[in-house]
Amino acid sequence: MEPALIWEYLIKSAFILLFLTGGFAYLTLFERKVLARLQTRVGPNRAGPMGLLQPVADGIKLIFKEELIPDKANKLLFILAPVITVIPALIIPAVIPWGRVMTIFGRQVPLYLADINVGMLYITAVSSIAVYGIVLAGWSSNNKYALMGGLRSSAQMISYELALGLSFVGPILLAGSMGLVDIVEAQGAAGFLGWIKWNLFQPLGFIIFLIASIAEINRSPFDMPEAEQELTAGYHVEYSGMKFALFFMAEYIKMIVVSMIGATVFLGGYLGPFVDKWPWLGPVYLMVKTVVLLFLLVWVRATLPRFRYDRLMAFGWKVLLPLALLNVFIAAVLTVIFGG
Amino acid sequence: MTVQLILFFILAIVAVLTAVGMLVSKNAVYAALYLILNFAAVAVFYLLLNAPFLAVAQVTVYAGAIMVLFLFVIMLLGAEKLGQSQVQAWQRPLAIGLGLILAAEMVYILVSGAGGLVVASQGTTINPDFGSPANVGMELFTKYLLPFEVTSVLLLVAIVGAIVMTRVEKK
Repeated sequence: MEPALIWEYLIKSAFILLFLTGGFAYLTLFERKVLARLQTRVGPNRAGPMGLLQPVADGIKLIFKEELIPDKANKLLFILAPVITVIPALIIPAVIPWGRVMTIFGRQVPLYLADINVGMLYITAVSSIAVYGIVLAGWSSNNKYALMGGLRSSAQMISYELALGLSFVGPILLAGSMGLVDIVEAQGAAGFLGWIKWNLFQPLGFIIFLIASIAEINRSPFDMPEAEQELTAGYHVEYSGMKFALFFMAEYIKMIVVSMIGATVFLGGYLGPFVDKWPWLGPVYLMVKTVVLLFLLVWVRATLPRFRYDRLMAFGWKVLLPLALLNVFIAAVLTVIFGG
Repeated sequence: MTVQLILFFILAIVAVLTAVGMLVSKNAVYAALYLILNFAAVAVFYLLLNAPFLAVAQVTVYAGAIMVLFLFVIMLLGAEKLGQSQVQAWQRPLAIGLGLILAAEMVYILVSGAGGLVVASQGTTINPDFGSPANVGMELFTKYLLPFEVTSVLLLVAIVGAIVMTRVEKK
Protein backbone atom coordinates (compact mmCIF):
# COMPACT_ATOMS: atom_id res chain seq x y z
CA MET A 1 0.00 0.00 0.00
CA GLU A 2 1.38 3.37 -0.94
CA PRO A 3 1.93 5.83 1.95
CA ALA A 4 -0.43 8.44 0.47
CA LEU A 5 -3.28 5.92 0.59
CA ILE A 6 -2.63 5.18 4.26
CA TRP A 7 -2.67 8.92 4.98
CA GLU A 8 -5.94 9.20 3.06
CA TYR A 9 -7.53 6.48 5.20
CA LEU A 10 -6.20 8.02 8.41
CA ILE A 11 -7.51 11.48 7.56
CA LYS A 12 -10.91 10.13 6.56
CA SER A 13 -11.21 8.05 9.75
CA ALA A 14 -10.19 11.00 11.92
CA PHE A 15 -12.69 13.18 10.09
CA ILE A 16 -15.53 10.70 10.66
CA LEU A 17 -14.70 10.33 14.36
CA LEU A 18 -14.42 14.09 14.88
CA PHE A 19 -17.62 14.67 12.94
CA LEU A 20 -19.51 12.17 15.10
CA THR A 21 -18.22 13.44 18.44
CA GLY A 22 -18.69 17.08 17.45
CA GLY A 23 -22.07 16.20 16.04
CA PHE A 24 -22.97 14.55 19.36
CA ALA A 25 -22.13 17.73 21.28
CA TYR A 26 -24.25 19.95 19.08
CA LEU A 27 -27.04 17.41 18.68
CA THR A 28 -27.68 17.71 22.43
CA LEU A 29 -28.06 21.48 21.98
CA PHE A 30 -30.20 20.97 18.85
CA GLU A 31 -32.48 18.58 20.73
CA ARG A 32 -32.87 20.88 23.73
CA LYS A 33 -33.58 23.88 21.49
CA VAL A 34 -36.13 22.02 19.34
CA LEU A 35 -37.81 20.45 22.38
CA ALA A 36 -38.02 23.90 23.95
CA ARG A 37 -39.59 25.42 20.86
CA LEU A 38 -42.08 22.53 20.61
CA GLN A 39 -43.06 23.15 24.25
CA THR A 40 -43.11 26.98 23.76
CA ARG A 41 -40.06 27.51 25.94
CA VAL A 42 -36.84 29.33 25.10
CA GLY A 43 -34.30 26.62 25.80
CA PRO A 44 -30.62 27.06 26.75
CA ASN A 45 -29.56 30.60 25.82
CA ARG A 46 -27.11 31.72 28.52
CA ALA A 47 -23.77 30.11 27.57
CA GLY A 48 -22.46 32.03 24.56
CA PRO A 49 -24.54 33.59 21.77
CA MET A 50 -27.86 31.70 21.41
CA GLY A 51 -26.52 29.09 23.86
CA LEU A 52 -23.92 27.88 21.37
CA LEU A 53 -21.35 27.22 24.12
CA GLN A 54 -23.78 25.08 26.14
CA PRO A 55 -22.27 21.71 24.99
CA VAL A 56 -18.82 22.92 26.10
CA ALA A 57 -20.19 23.85 29.51
CA ASP A 58 -21.93 20.45 29.79
CA GLY A 59 -18.73 18.66 28.85
CA ILE A 60 -16.66 20.52 31.45
CA LYS A 61 -19.27 19.76 34.10
CA LEU A 62 -19.27 16.03 33.30
CA ILE A 63 -15.47 15.79 33.30
CA PHE A 64 -15.23 17.27 36.80
CA LYS A 65 -18.00 15.13 38.31
CA GLU A 66 -17.00 12.47 40.80
CA GLU A 67 -16.75 8.96 39.38
CA LEU A 68 -18.42 6.39 41.59
CA ILE A 69 -18.08 2.63 41.29
CA PRO A 70 -20.48 0.71 43.54
CA ASP A 71 -18.80 -1.49 46.14
CA LYS A 72 -20.56 -4.67 45.02
CA ALA A 73 -20.23 -3.99 41.29
CA ASN A 74 -18.17 -6.13 38.96
CA LYS A 75 -15.36 -3.58 38.43
CA LEU A 76 -13.94 -4.79 35.12
CA LEU A 77 -17.28 -5.12 33.31
CA PHE A 78 -18.60 -1.97 34.96
CA ILE A 79 -15.77 0.03 33.36
CA LEU A 80 -15.86 -1.86 30.05
CA ALA A 81 -19.62 -1.57 29.46
CA PRO A 82 -19.72 2.13 28.41
CA VAL A 83 -16.79 1.52 26.06
CA ILE A 84 -18.54 -1.47 24.45
CA THR A 85 -21.61 0.73 23.96
CA VAL A 86 -19.80 3.61 22.25
CA ILE A 87 -17.44 1.79 19.89
CA PRO A 88 -20.05 0.09 17.63
CA ALA A 89 -21.79 3.45 17.18
CA LEU A 90 -18.49 5.00 16.11
CA ILE A 91 -17.44 2.33 13.60
CA ILE A 92 -20.71 1.87 11.69
CA PRO A 93 -20.31 5.08 9.61
CA ALA A 94 -17.15 3.64 8.01
CA VAL A 95 -19.30 2.14 5.24
CA ILE A 96 -21.59 5.14 4.67
CA PRO A 97 -20.65 6.99 1.46
CA TRP A 98 -20.48 10.79 1.59
CA GLY A 99 -20.22 11.43 -2.12
CA ARG A 100 -18.62 10.41 -5.38
CA VAL A 101 -14.97 10.69 -6.33
CA MET A 102 -13.60 14.19 -5.82
CA THR A 103 -10.31 15.76 -6.91
CA ILE A 104 -8.49 17.29 -3.93
CA PHE A 105 -5.00 18.77 -4.60
CA GLY A 106 -4.80 16.86 -7.88
CA ARG A 107 -5.59 13.54 -6.22
CA GLN A 108 -8.67 11.41 -6.94
CA VAL A 109 -10.29 10.88 -3.55
CA PRO A 110 -13.46 8.79 -3.20
CA LEU A 111 -15.62 10.33 -0.49
CA TYR A 112 -16.10 7.14 1.50
CA LEU A 113 -13.87 5.18 3.82
CA ALA A 114 -14.80 1.68 2.71
CA ASP A 115 -17.10 0.43 -0.04
CA ILE A 116 -17.36 -3.24 0.89
CA ASN A 117 -19.65 -5.69 -0.88
CA VAL A 118 -21.34 -6.66 2.41
CA GLY A 119 -21.98 -3.09 3.60
CA MET A 120 -25.58 -3.60 4.77
CA LEU A 121 -24.70 -6.81 6.61
CA TYR A 122 -21.78 -5.02 8.26
CA ILE A 123 -24.24 -2.49 9.66
CA THR A 124 -26.50 -5.18 11.13
CA ALA A 125 -23.50 -7.13 12.48
CA VAL A 126 -21.99 -4.16 14.29
CA SER A 127 -25.31 -2.93 15.63
CA SER A 128 -26.05 -6.39 17.03
CA ILE A 129 -22.83 -6.11 19.08
CA ALA A 130 -24.04 -2.83 20.62
CA VAL A 131 -26.56 -4.69 22.79
CA TYR A 132 -23.79 -6.11 24.96
CA GLY A 133 -22.77 -2.75 26.40
CA ILE A 134 -26.24 -2.13 27.80
CA VAL A 135 -26.75 -5.71 29.01
CA LEU A 136 -23.38 -5.79 30.76
CA ALA A 137 -23.91 -2.34 32.28
CA GLY A 138 -27.16 -3.58 33.78
CA TRP A 139 -25.66 -6.79 35.13
CA SER A 140 -22.33 -5.47 36.42
CA SER A 141 -23.93 -2.63 38.43
CA ASN A 142 -25.40 -5.23 40.80
CA ASN A 143 -28.56 -3.17 41.15
CA LYS A 144 -32.05 -4.53 40.57
CA TYR A 145 -33.26 -1.53 38.58
CA ALA A 146 -30.17 -1.64 36.38
CA LEU A 147 -30.61 -5.38 35.83
CA MET A 148 -34.27 -4.90 34.88
CA GLY A 149 -33.25 -2.19 32.42
CA GLY A 150 -30.57 -4.41 30.93
CA LEU A 151 -32.96 -7.35 30.52
CA ARG A 152 -35.63 -5.15 28.96
CA SER A 153 -33.19 -3.62 26.54
CA SER A 154 -31.81 -6.95 25.37
CA ALA A 155 -35.31 -8.34 24.75
CA GLN A 156 -36.38 -5.14 22.99
CA MET A 157 -33.29 -4.80 20.82
CA ILE A 158 -33.36 -8.43 19.69
CA SER A 159 -37.05 -8.14 18.78
CA TYR A 160 -36.70 -4.96 16.76
CA GLU A 161 -33.46 -6.05 15.13
CA LEU A 162 -35.50 -8.51 13.07
CA ALA A 163 -37.77 -5.85 11.60
CA LEU A 164 -34.78 -3.55 11.10
CA GLY A 165 -32.84 -6.20 9.21
CA LEU A 166 -35.87 -7.09 7.06
CA SER A 167 -36.48 -3.43 6.19
CA PHE A 168 -32.98 -3.40 4.64
CA VAL A 169 -33.88 -6.32 2.35
CA GLY A 170 -36.12 -4.14 0.14
CA PRO A 171 -33.38 -1.69 -0.95
CA ILE A 172 -30.88 -4.57 -1.26
CA LEU A 173 -33.21 -6.43 -3.62
CA LEU A 174 -34.05 -3.34 -5.68
CA ALA A 175 -30.40 -2.35 -5.99
CA GLY A 176 -29.15 -5.92 -6.44
CA SER A 177 -26.22 -5.27 -4.13
CA MET A 178 -25.30 -4.99 -0.46
CA GLY A 179 -22.76 -2.24 -1.05
CA LEU A 180 -24.02 1.15 0.07
CA VAL A 181 -22.53 3.02 -2.89
CA ASP A 182 -24.40 0.68 -5.26
CA ILE A 183 -27.65 1.23 -3.34
CA VAL A 184 -27.31 5.02 -3.54
CA GLU A 185 -26.44 4.94 -7.23
CA ALA A 186 -29.37 2.60 -7.96
CA GLN A 187 -31.73 5.17 -6.46
CA GLY A 188 -30.40 7.82 -8.84
CA ALA A 189 -29.87 5.84 -12.02
CA ALA A 190 -33.45 4.67 -12.34
CA GLY A 191 -35.81 5.49 -15.20
CA PHE A 192 -39.57 5.69 -14.88
CA LEU A 193 -39.92 2.05 -13.82
CA GLY A 194 -37.22 2.51 -11.24
CA TRP A 195 -38.98 5.59 -9.95
CA ILE A 196 -42.14 3.50 -9.37
CA LYS A 197 -40.14 0.74 -7.69
CA TRP A 198 -38.37 3.06 -5.26
CA ASN A 199 -41.07 5.62 -4.52
CA LEU A 200 -44.34 3.72 -4.55
CA PHE A 201 -43.44 0.82 -2.30
CA GLN A 202 -40.31 1.62 -0.35
CA PRO A 203 -42.06 4.21 1.87
CA LEU A 204 -43.40 1.18 3.78
CA GLY A 205 -39.84 -0.06 4.23
CA PHE A 206 -38.75 3.41 5.31
CA ILE A 207 -41.45 3.67 7.98
CA ILE A 208 -40.59 0.20 9.29
CA PHE A 209 -36.92 1.19 9.33
CA LEU A 210 -37.68 4.39 11.20
CA ILE A 211 -39.81 2.73 13.91
CA ALA A 212 -37.46 -0.20 14.37
CA SER A 213 -34.41 2.02 14.56
CA ILE A 214 -35.99 4.27 17.17
CA ALA A 215 -36.53 1.14 19.26
CA GLU A 216 -33.02 -0.07 18.48
CA ILE A 217 -31.40 3.10 19.83
CA ASN A 218 -33.74 3.16 22.87
CA ARG A 219 -35.23 6.53 22.08
CA SER A 220 -38.60 7.75 23.28
CA PRO A 221 -41.34 6.41 22.85
CA PHE A 222 -39.42 3.12 23.10
CA ASP A 223 -37.06 4.14 25.92
CA MET A 224 -38.22 1.33 28.21
CA PRO A 225 -34.67 0.37 29.33
CA GLU A 226 -34.34 3.74 31.09
CA ALA A 227 -37.97 4.45 31.99
CA GLU A 228 -37.53 6.98 34.81
CA GLN A 229 -40.84 6.40 36.53
CA GLU A 230 -40.43 2.63 36.83
CA LEU A 231 -36.69 1.97 36.84
CA THR A 232 -35.26 5.33 38.01
CA ALA A 233 -32.79 5.36 35.10
CA GLY A 234 -32.53 1.75 33.98
CA TYR A 235 -29.20 0.29 33.03
CA HIS A 236 -27.09 3.41 33.74
CA VAL A 237 -28.55 4.21 37.16
CA GLU A 238 -25.20 3.55 38.90
CA TYR A 239 -23.06 5.45 36.43
CA SER A 240 -21.74 8.96 36.98
CA GLY A 241 -19.25 11.41 35.51
CA MET A 242 -17.55 10.51 32.24
CA LYS A 243 -18.82 6.93 32.26
CA PHE A 244 -22.37 8.25 32.24
CA ALA A 245 -21.33 10.72 29.55
CA LEU A 246 -20.19 7.80 27.38
CA PHE A 247 -23.68 6.23 27.51
CA PHE A 248 -25.14 9.62 26.72
CA MET A 249 -22.70 10.00 23.84
CA ALA A 250 -23.52 6.53 22.51
CA GLU A 251 -27.23 7.35 22.40
CA TYR A 252 -26.75 10.57 20.46
CA ILE A 253 -24.13 9.17 18.11
CA LYS A 254 -26.52 6.31 17.39
CA MET A 255 -29.17 8.91 16.52
CA ILE A 256 -26.80 10.50 14.00
CA VAL A 257 -25.77 7.13 12.57
CA VAL A 258 -29.34 5.90 12.20
CA SER A 259 -30.31 9.12 10.44
CA MET A 260 -27.33 8.81 8.09
CA ILE A 261 -28.24 5.19 7.29
CA GLY A 262 -31.88 6.14 6.66
CA ALA A 263 -30.83 9.03 4.43
CA THR A 264 -28.42 6.79 2.50
CA VAL A 265 -30.57 3.72 2.06
CA PHE A 266 -34.01 5.26 1.55
CA LEU A 267 -33.61 8.96 0.71
CA GLY A 268 -30.91 8.85 -1.95
CA GLY A 269 -27.91 9.60 0.25
CA TYR A 270 -25.53 12.05 -1.38
CA LEU A 271 -27.61 12.34 -4.57
CA GLY A 272 -29.35 15.57 -5.46
CA PRO A 273 -29.54 18.21 -8.19
CA PHE A 274 -26.18 19.20 -9.76
CA VAL A 275 -24.20 16.62 -7.80
CA ASP A 276 -22.72 15.42 -11.13
CA LYS A 277 -21.21 18.84 -11.81
CA TRP A 278 -20.02 19.71 -8.30
CA PRO A 279 -19.17 16.58 -6.30
CA TRP A 280 -18.72 18.62 -3.10
CA LEU A 281 -22.52 18.98 -3.02
CA GLY A 282 -22.77 15.26 -2.10
CA PRO A 283 -21.81 15.65 1.58
CA VAL A 284 -24.03 18.75 1.77
CA TYR A 285 -27.08 16.81 0.55
CA LEU A 286 -26.31 13.95 2.92
CA MET A 287 -26.07 16.41 5.82
CA VAL A 288 -29.34 18.12 4.96
CA LYS A 289 -31.17 14.78 4.79
CA THR A 290 -29.57 13.64 8.04
CA VAL A 291 -30.59 16.81 9.88
CA VAL A 292 -34.18 16.45 8.61
CA LEU A 293 -34.31 12.90 10.01
CA LEU A 294 -32.74 14.05 13.30
CA PHE A 295 -35.43 16.70 13.60
CA LEU A 296 -38.00 13.94 13.04
CA LEU A 297 -36.50 11.90 15.90
CA VAL A 298 -36.69 14.87 18.28
CA TRP A 299 -40.22 15.66 17.12
CA VAL A 300 -41.34 12.09 17.84
CA ARG A 301 -39.83 12.34 21.32
CA ALA A 302 -41.68 15.56 22.02
CA THR A 303 -45.00 14.17 20.76
CA LEU A 304 -45.49 10.57 21.85
CA PRO A 305 -45.76 9.12 25.37
CA ARG A 306 -43.84 5.99 26.32
CA PHE A 307 -45.21 2.58 25.34
CA ARG A 308 -46.18 0.00 27.93
CA TYR A 309 -43.70 -2.85 27.85
CA ASP A 310 -46.06 -5.65 26.78
CA ARG A 311 -47.53 -3.39 24.08
CA LEU A 312 -44.03 -2.70 22.85
CA MET A 313 -43.21 -6.39 22.44
CA ALA A 314 -46.62 -7.18 20.90
CA PHE A 315 -46.20 -4.31 18.43
CA GLY A 316 -42.75 -5.47 17.44
CA TRP A 317 -43.66 -9.11 16.89
CA LYS A 318 -47.29 -8.96 15.73
CA VAL A 319 -47.37 -5.77 13.67
CA LEU A 320 -43.91 -4.66 12.63
CA LEU A 321 -42.45 -8.07 11.76
CA PRO A 322 -45.35 -9.19 9.48
CA LEU A 323 -45.31 -5.77 7.79
CA ALA A 324 -41.57 -6.08 7.22
CA LEU A 325 -42.09 -9.55 5.70
CA LEU A 326 -44.81 -8.12 3.45
CA ASN A 327 -42.40 -5.41 2.35
CA VAL A 328 -39.77 -8.03 1.47
CA PHE A 329 -42.42 -9.91 -0.53
CA ILE A 330 -43.41 -6.76 -2.45
CA ALA A 331 -39.80 -5.91 -3.19
CA ALA A 332 -39.14 -9.46 -4.41
CA VAL A 333 -42.18 -9.44 -6.71
CA LEU A 334 -41.18 -6.04 -8.11
CA THR A 335 -37.67 -7.29 -8.75
CA VAL A 336 -39.03 -10.30 -10.64
CA ILE A 337 -41.48 -8.23 -12.71
CA PHE A 338 -39.30 -5.25 -13.58
CA GLY A 339 -35.93 -6.96 -13.42
CA GLY A 340 -33.28 -6.30 -10.77
CA MET B 1 2.02 -13.58 2.89
CA THR B 2 4.10 -13.02 6.02
CA VAL B 3 1.66 -10.41 7.32
CA GLN B 4 -1.15 -12.93 6.86
CA LEU B 5 0.88 -15.57 8.67
CA ILE B 6 1.55 -13.26 11.65
CA LEU B 7 -2.14 -12.31 11.78
CA PHE B 8 -3.08 -15.96 11.63
CA PHE B 9 -0.92 -16.89 14.60
CA ILE B 10 -2.13 -13.95 16.71
CA LEU B 11 -5.73 -14.90 15.94
CA ALA B 12 -5.07 -18.57 16.60
CA ILE B 13 -3.65 -17.73 20.03
CA VAL B 14 -6.67 -15.52 20.78
CA ALA B 15 -9.08 -18.23 19.64
CA VAL B 16 -7.44 -20.98 21.71
CA LEU B 17 -7.04 -18.81 24.81
CA THR B 18 -10.66 -17.66 24.73
CA ALA B 19 -11.87 -21.24 24.24
CA VAL B 20 -9.84 -22.37 27.27
CA GLY B 21 -11.04 -19.34 29.22
CA MET B 22 -14.64 -20.25 28.48
CA LEU B 23 -14.09 -23.77 29.79
CA VAL B 24 -12.30 -22.88 33.02
CA SER B 25 -14.10 -19.68 34.12
CA LYS B 26 -16.32 -20.21 37.16
CA ASN B 27 -18.66 -17.34 36.34
CA ALA B 28 -21.19 -18.11 33.60
CA VAL B 29 -21.24 -14.48 32.39
CA TYR B 30 -17.46 -14.56 31.86
CA ALA B 31 -17.76 -17.90 30.08
CA ALA B 32 -20.33 -16.38 27.70
CA LEU B 33 -18.11 -13.34 27.09
CA TYR B 34 -15.12 -15.58 26.29
CA LEU B 35 -17.29 -17.45 23.81
CA ILE B 36 -18.25 -14.15 22.13
CA LEU B 37 -14.56 -13.24 21.76
CA ASN B 38 -13.95 -16.69 20.32
CA PHE B 39 -16.70 -16.20 17.72
CA ALA B 40 -15.24 -12.80 16.85
CA ALA B 41 -11.79 -14.34 16.33
CA VAL B 42 -13.32 -16.98 14.04
CA ALA B 43 -15.05 -14.19 12.09
CA VAL B 44 -11.70 -12.51 11.50
CA PHE B 45 -10.35 -15.88 10.29
CA TYR B 46 -13.08 -15.88 7.64
CA LEU B 47 -12.04 -12.36 6.61
CA LEU B 48 -8.42 -13.56 6.22
CA LEU B 49 -9.73 -16.38 4.03
CA ASN B 50 -11.39 -13.88 1.67
CA ALA B 51 -14.93 -14.69 2.82
CA PRO B 52 -16.42 -11.38 4.03
CA PHE B 53 -20.02 -12.61 3.78
CA LEU B 54 -19.35 -15.53 6.11
CA ALA B 55 -17.47 -13.24 8.51
CA VAL B 56 -20.30 -10.75 8.98
CA ALA B 57 -22.88 -13.54 9.08
CA GLN B 58 -20.85 -15.17 11.86
CA VAL B 59 -20.82 -11.93 13.85
CA THR B 60 -24.52 -11.21 13.29
CA VAL B 61 -25.84 -14.67 14.04
CA TYR B 62 -23.49 -16.12 16.64
CA ALA B 63 -21.77 -13.21 18.38
CA GLY B 64 -24.78 -10.92 17.97
CA ALA B 65 -28.03 -12.85 18.27
CA ILE B 66 -27.38 -16.23 19.89
CA MET B 67 -24.97 -15.08 22.58
CA VAL B 68 -27.26 -12.18 23.57
CA LEU B 69 -29.94 -14.80 24.23
CA PHE B 70 -27.43 -16.83 26.28
CA LEU B 71 -26.55 -13.81 28.40
CA PHE B 72 -30.22 -12.92 28.71
CA VAL B 73 -31.08 -16.34 30.12
CA ILE B 74 -28.07 -16.37 32.46
CA MET B 75 -29.05 -12.99 33.90
CA LEU B 76 -32.77 -13.73 34.02
CA LEU B 77 -32.21 -16.89 36.04
CA GLY B 78 -29.43 -15.36 38.15
CA ALA B 79 -27.31 -18.40 37.28
CA GLU B 80 -23.96 -16.61 37.19
CA LYS B 81 -22.27 -18.74 39.84
CA LEU B 82 -21.74 -22.27 38.66
CA GLY B 83 -22.17 -24.73 41.51
CA GLN B 84 -20.04 -27.80 42.00
CA SER B 85 -21.14 -30.07 39.20
CA GLN B 86 -21.63 -33.71 39.98
CA VAL B 87 -18.94 -35.47 38.01
CA GLN B 88 -19.36 -39.21 37.79
CA ALA B 89 -16.18 -41.17 38.38
CA TRP B 90 -16.26 -42.83 34.95
CA GLN B 91 -16.94 -39.60 32.99
CA ARG B 92 -13.47 -38.08 33.00
CA PRO B 93 -11.44 -41.07 31.67
CA LEU B 94 -14.12 -41.67 29.02
CA ALA B 95 -13.95 -38.03 27.90
CA ILE B 96 -10.15 -38.13 27.68
CA GLY B 97 -10.25 -41.37 25.67
CA LEU B 98 -12.87 -40.06 23.21
CA GLY B 99 -11.01 -36.77 22.83
CA LEU B 100 -7.77 -38.60 22.00
CA ILE B 101 -9.56 -40.72 19.39
CA LEU B 102 -11.00 -37.58 17.78
CA ALA B 103 -7.59 -35.89 17.72
CA ALA B 104 -6.00 -39.01 16.18
CA GLU B 105 -8.68 -39.11 13.49
CA MET B 106 -8.10 -35.44 12.65
CA VAL B 107 -4.33 -35.93 12.34
CA TYR B 108 -4.88 -39.02 10.17
CA ILE B 109 -7.22 -37.20 7.79
CA LEU B 110 -4.93 -34.19 7.54
CA VAL B 111 -1.86 -36.31 6.84
CA SER B 112 -3.40 -38.86 4.49
CA GLY B 113 -5.76 -36.49 2.68
CA ALA B 114 -8.60 -38.96 3.10
CA GLY B 115 -12.24 -37.91 3.08
CA GLY B 116 -11.93 -35.71 0.01
CA LEU B 117 -9.86 -33.10 1.80
CA VAL B 118 -7.58 -31.54 -0.79
CA VAL B 119 -4.67 -29.50 0.42
CA ALA B 120 -4.20 -26.56 -1.93
CA SER B 121 -0.86 -27.06 -3.63
CA GLN B 122 1.44 -24.27 -4.72
CA GLY B 123 0.18 -22.44 -7.77
CA THR B 124 -3.48 -23.34 -7.37
CA THR B 125 -5.49 -20.19 -7.91
CA ILE B 126 -8.82 -19.61 -6.28
CA ASN B 127 -11.13 -16.95 -7.63
CA PRO B 128 -10.69 -14.13 -5.07
CA ASP B 129 -14.35 -13.24 -5.51
CA PHE B 130 -15.62 -16.65 -4.37
CA GLY B 131 -16.80 -15.35 -0.98
CA SER B 132 -18.94 -12.47 -2.25
CA PRO B 133 -22.65 -12.52 -1.31
CA ALA B 134 -23.72 -13.13 -4.92
CA ASN B 135 -21.44 -16.15 -5.33
CA VAL B 136 -22.35 -17.65 -1.95
CA GLY B 137 -26.05 -17.26 -2.76
CA MET B 138 -25.61 -18.83 -6.20
CA GLU B 139 -23.82 -21.85 -4.75
CA LEU B 140 -26.41 -22.26 -1.98
CA PHE B 141 -29.38 -22.19 -4.32
CA THR B 142 -27.96 -24.35 -7.09
CA LYS B 143 -25.29 -26.82 -6.00
CA TYR B 144 -26.31 -27.14 -2.34
CA LEU B 145 -30.06 -26.58 -2.71
CA LEU B 146 -31.20 -29.78 -0.98
CA PRO B 147 -29.03 -29.45 2.18
CA PHE B 148 -29.98 -25.78 2.36
CA GLU B 149 -33.71 -26.49 2.22
CA VAL B 150 -33.42 -29.38 4.69
CA THR B 151 -31.67 -27.03 7.11
CA SER B 152 -34.43 -24.46 6.74
CA VAL B 153 -37.09 -27.11 7.46
CA LEU B 154 -35.08 -28.16 10.53
CA LEU B 155 -35.05 -24.58 11.79
CA LEU B 156 -38.78 -24.25 11.13
CA VAL B 157 -39.42 -27.39 13.19
CA ALA B 158 -37.36 -25.90 16.01
CA ILE B 159 -39.36 -22.65 15.90
CA VAL B 160 -42.69 -24.49 15.95
CA GLY B 161 -41.41 -26.65 18.80
CA ALA B 162 -40.38 -23.60 20.83
CA ILE B 163 -43.81 -21.99 20.36
CA VAL B 164 -45.62 -25.19 21.34
CA MET B 165 -43.44 -25.55 24.46
CA THR B 166 -44.19 -22.00 25.67
CA ARG B 167 -47.96 -22.23 25.17
CA VAL B 168 -49.97 -22.17 28.34
CA GLU B 169 -52.44 -25.05 28.42
CA LYS B 170 -55.98 -23.82 28.95
CA LYS B 171 -58.12 -26.12 31.05
